[in-house]
Amino acid sequence: MSEPTTGLDEKTWTELREIAARYPQARSGLLPMLHLVQSVEGRITPEGIEACAEVLGISAAEVNGVATFYTMYKRKPVGDYHVGVCTNTLCAVMGGDLIFERLKDHLDVGNDETTEDGKITLEHVECNAACDYAPVMMVNWEFMDNQTPESAVRVVDDLRAGKEVHSTRGPRLGTWREAERVLAGFPDDRADEGPAAGAPSLVGLKIARENGWTAGTDTSDQDATPTKGDDQ
Amino acid sequence: MTDTLTPVLTDNWDAKRAWTLASYEERGGYAALDKAFAMAPDDVINAVKESGLRGRGGAGFPTGMKWGFIPQDNPKPKYLVVNADESEPGTCKDTPLMLASPHTLVEGVILSSYAIRANTAFIYVRGEIIHVIRRLQRAVQEAYLAGHLGTNIHGSGYDLDLIVHAGAGAYICGEETALLEGLEGRRGQPRLRPPFPAVAGLYASPTVINNVESIASVPSIINHGAAWFAGMGTEKSNGYGIFSLSGHVTRPGQYEAPLGITLRELIDLAGGMREGHELKFWTPGGSSTPLLTPEHLDVPLDFESVGAAGSMLGTRALQLFDETTCVVRAVLRWTEFYKHESCGKCTPCREGTWWLTQTLAKLEKGQGSESDLDLLLDQCDNILGRSFCALGDGATSPISSSIQHFRDEYLAHLTHGGCPFDPAASTAFPSSTSAPVGATA
Repeated sequence: MSEPTTGLDEKTWTELREIAARYPQARSGLLPMLHLVQSVEGRITPEGIEACAEVLGISAAEVNGVATFYTMYKRKPVGDYHVGVCTNTLCAVMGGDLIFERLKDHLDVGNDETTEDGKITLEHVECNAACDYAPVMMVNWEFMDNQTPESAVRVVDDLRAGKEVHSTRGPRLGTWREAERVLAGFPDDRADEGPAAGAPSLVGLKIARENGWTAGTDTSDQDATPTKGDDQ
Repeated sequence: MTDTLTPVLTDNWDAKRAWTLASYEERGGYAALDKAFAMAPDDVINAVKESGLRGRGGAGFPTGMKWGFIPQDNPKPKYLVVNADESEPGTCKDTPLMLASPHTLVEGVILSSYAIRANTAFIYVRGEIIHVIRRLQRAVQEAYLAGHLGTNIHGSGYDLDLIVHAGAGAYICGEETALLEGLEGRRGQPRLRPPFPAVAGLYASPTVINNVESIASVPSIINHGAAWFAGMGTEKSNGYGIFSLSGHVTRPGQYEAPLGITLRELIDLAGGMREGHELKFWTPGGSSTPLLTPEHLDVPLDFESVGAAGSMLGTRALQLFDETTCVVRAVLRWTEFYKHESCGKCTPCREGTWWLTQTLAKLEKGQGSESDLDLLLDQCDNILGRSFCALGDGATSPISSSIQHFRDEYLAHLTHGGCPFDPAASTAFPSSTSAPVGATA
C-alpha cells in the first residue's frame, strides 16, 4: 500500500481501506468510501477523491465521475443539518411546495444553499418512500413525517438554537457528518431509538386485528384446528 | 375464502421492538432455515416456483423462474442482490418493512441465497433512509452473532456473508443493471441486456436481483407451503402484497391484502377519500404506471387486470388525488423528476425528458396551443420503446395517460391563461395562501 499523500488523517485512510476490504472486489466500496469522505471533510473534496483513487488503484477522474453522478454527494460544504423537503408530485400537492417556499423565505436561502451560520442546508428532494406520511421532510435523511409550514419552521429554528430534535420515526437528530458516517457502514448504535412503525404503517394491520382477519398461517401448524377432513 | 386483509409481512410490525432479533425469534423467526436446509436447494427453488410468487418490485417476473436461470454449472461465484433502492414516486412499502422487521428480509436473503447457491449476498439500500440502514446493519450483526449468517449456518455446512450497501441518491439504481453498476462502484447507468444478470451480473458472475418484498415473502412460503401462498390472490397473480395508499384519503398507509383486491375496497377500508372530496385520478403502481380514474375503481389489482385496464400493477403504490388537484401540475412535476433522474446514457431519454418538460411547462402556464398536446404525444412516441431502459418509458406514462383522460383540463389551462386550480385547496393542512406552483428546480 502506498503512503498517504493527502491531508486526510491516518484513521480515515485506515477506514477507507477497511471499507474496500468488505467487498469481493475493492471498487465496490467506492460509494460508502465517498460517504466517509463527506463525514470527515463535510463535502467531497479533491483530497478525498485522490484518497479513494489511491486506495482503489483507479484514476481520480474515475472517482470524480462517480462522485458527480449521485445526488447525495455534495461539492459545496453542507451545514450541520441537511433539510430536504419532498417536492415530488404527491408531497408537493399535499403541501410540500408551501413548506419549501416557507423555509426558503424563513431561512433566506435558495435551493441547495446554506444559512450564514452554517447550520442548515436547504434542498428540495425527490420521493423519499414515505408517501403515506405526506408531506415529508428529511433532516440528515431522517424522517420528519406529516409536516406543515409551521412545524417545519419550528424544526429548523430548534436545530439552529441547538435544541434537541427527534425524528418522528427515528432517533435524536445528529449532524449531517455523523449521518454520513453511518452511510459509510460505521454504525452509530442508534438503531434502537424510535418506534418500529408509525401509525400509517400499521393502519391495515390494525383493521385486520379488529376484524380477526389473517392470512391463515395457522393451518400449517400441526396442532391447529383442521379446516377440512374426516375428523371434523 | 380468503380474508380481506392478510397480514404476513406486516404481521409483526406492532410487536414490541419488532426490529430486534429477540422479538423476531419469539414469533418463530428463522425457523424456516432448518426447514430449507433439510431440502435440496433446487427444491427450495421449486417451492418458490410452485407458490407463483412474482416479483414485487414492479415487473412481476416469476421469482422462482428467475432463480432457475442461474447456470449452476458456471464455476464463478453466484450472488444474490436485494434491490432496496425504493425510489419510484409513491412507493413506500419496502422502507417500513425494513424499518419494522429487518429480520424478515435477512431470513429471506438466507433462504434465497441457499436456493441459488450464493455465498455472498448484498442489500443495496438507498442512502436517503438512514434509520432503515441502521436497523439493517443491526439485524445483520445480530444474525451473525446468532449463527444465522457466517460459516456453517445452523450446522448445515452452508456459508453466507451478507453486506448492507448504502446507495448515494440515484433513482436509476432501482433499475437492476444500473444497481449493479452502483454496487461495483461506478456511475449508475444501465447495462445492455443480454447478457442478463442471471448469466453475467455482479462482477460478470451469475446474479439474482430481487425486490425487498419478494425476498421477504420467501420465509412465509417455506414456513406455510407453496399451496398456502398460491391459495391467495387471483389465478395468475398469486399471494399477498402490500398496498400503499397515499394522498387524499382519510387513512393513508399500508394495507396487506391478497392480489386482486380493488381500489374501491381499499378506499373503503381507509375510511373513504378525505371528507367532502372525491377521487379524480390515481396511480396503481407509482408514477411510471399510466394514470387511472374513478372508472377503474373496480379493477382487480393484479398483474393481468391492471394491464388490461391500460396500466400496470407496478409496486402497488396507490397515489390518490382528489378533484382539487390539477393533473397538469401533477404530471409536470413527475416529468421534472424523470428529467432530473435520467442518467444521460441514451439520447431519447436524456434529451426527450428535457423536451417533455419544456412543452409541459409552457402548457401549464397557459401558453402555447392545442397542437402542443400533439407535440407532447409525438415526443412520447419518440421515447417510449426507444430509450435504453424503462426510465424513459416510465416518463411517458403520466403524460400520455393524462392527455387520454384529461385532455380538456390541458385545454382549460390555455383558455384560462394559466392553471385554473388553487393549490392551497389540495394541501393536507388548512392553507389559504397561494404559493407559486411552477418548477422548483
